[in-house]
Amino acid sequence: MPQLDISTFPSQIIWLALTFATLFLVMWKVAVPRISDVLEARQQRIEDNLDKAAAFRKDAEAAIEAYEQAIAEARSEALGLINETAHSIQAEAAKQEASLAETLQAKIAESEAAIAKAQETAIAGIRDMAQDVAIAATEKLSGKTPDASVASKAIDAAMKARS
Amino acid sequence: MAAEKHSPLAQFEIKQLIPMEFGSVDASFTNSSLMMVLTVIGVSAFLVLGMRKHAHVPGRWQSMVELSYIFIANLVKDTVGSEGRAYFPFIFTIFMFVLFGNLFGMVPYSFTFTSHIVVTFALALFVFIGVTLIALAKHKMHFFTFFMPPGVPLLMAPLLVPIEIISYLSRPISLSVRLFANMLAGHTLLKVFAGFVISLGMAGVFPLAFVVALTGLEFVIAFLQAFVFAILTCLYLNDALHLH
Repeated sequence: MPQLDISTFPSQIIWLALTFATLFLVMWKVAVPRISDVLEARQQRIEDNLDKAAAFRKDAEAAIEAYEQAIAEARSEALGLINETAHSIQAEAAKQEASLAETLQAKIAESEAAIAKAQETAIAGIRDMAQDVAIAATEKLSGKTPDASVASKAIDAAMKARS
Repeated sequence: MAAEKHSPLAQFEIKQLIPMEFGSVDASFTNSSLMMVLTVIGVSAFLVLGMRKHAHVPGRWQSMVELSYIFIANLVKDTVGSEGRAYFPFIFTIFMFVLFGNLFGMVPYSFTFTSHIVVTFALALFVFIGVTLIALAKHKMHFFTFFMPPGVPLLMAPLLVPIEIISYLSRPISLSVRLFANMLAGHTLLKVFAGFVISLGMAGVFPLAFVVALTGLEFVIAFLQAFVFAILTCLYLNDALHLH
């Protein structure tokens, strides 16, 4: 078994020590720092980007907040405007209604006065006609023509009694 | 000689490529040394060239490099905690060295240096001594309470303390034998079954299929054993830094 040949041991150990020490030096001074540099730079860059992303996010959130505030302001403004307009329209309507009612009232009063006048005229007409009828009737019945003033008095009395 | 060449263990032979002497000690450049050097070059090239673009969005190669880095970094963080950061380059070196050693050993006609007990044991012993020194430097004499777990009745001490000490001292053995035995067994099994493919004629497709499946398994084991070596190093380091 070649593994048990003691005569080869010194050479194997010497070369193991030499090569292992060389590799360790290369690792320690060159390879490991290089790899860790790259890994750290990458980590740094990722963290930087994450920070940047967080800042952007903050900005976006602020923008959203400002936007929402503007919308809320506009909404309340619009609401105020609507309320104001509604109030003024209502007031205008009430005013117009009042004036309309007044004109109507005046017209009604006017019409009532006209009706009363017409009634009076009509009643006067009826009285005249009644007087004529009474005179004619008396003439036919008694053959005498009564005096107009007497007839008028009689009719007045009769109308008073009727009403 | 011919029989020796086809032995399943022939692949583990150490062959001198460039004879060298260090004082009176033999320090020859062998096939094992060659694979170690190739492993160092391979790992360095994989990691350094993979990161040459310093890309923020990594390509495939850089992703693999980063993945292996993060894999071991998380392993150290999870098992040792934040104090383990200082030892990360060492754990990462162990993992990559063993992993690439195992994987390069999968190349046909190459050599697996992790299949030699002396290599794995030297690595494990280095980890063991290093971890023990860290523990002694951090906790001074308090370190020895490690062998007497808290809450155990004093009556148990004569039994428990030797057991704890033995289990502590056997760590480098279990750590090294695990890697060595896995590599040795896997490669030997591959070789044994590959030897049947030709000699069985048409029926040789069965050992061939088995060898194909086993090769896949060996790649998994190559990774797994490197991972196990690294995680156990982390656990020992955690014991050294936090005792219990």
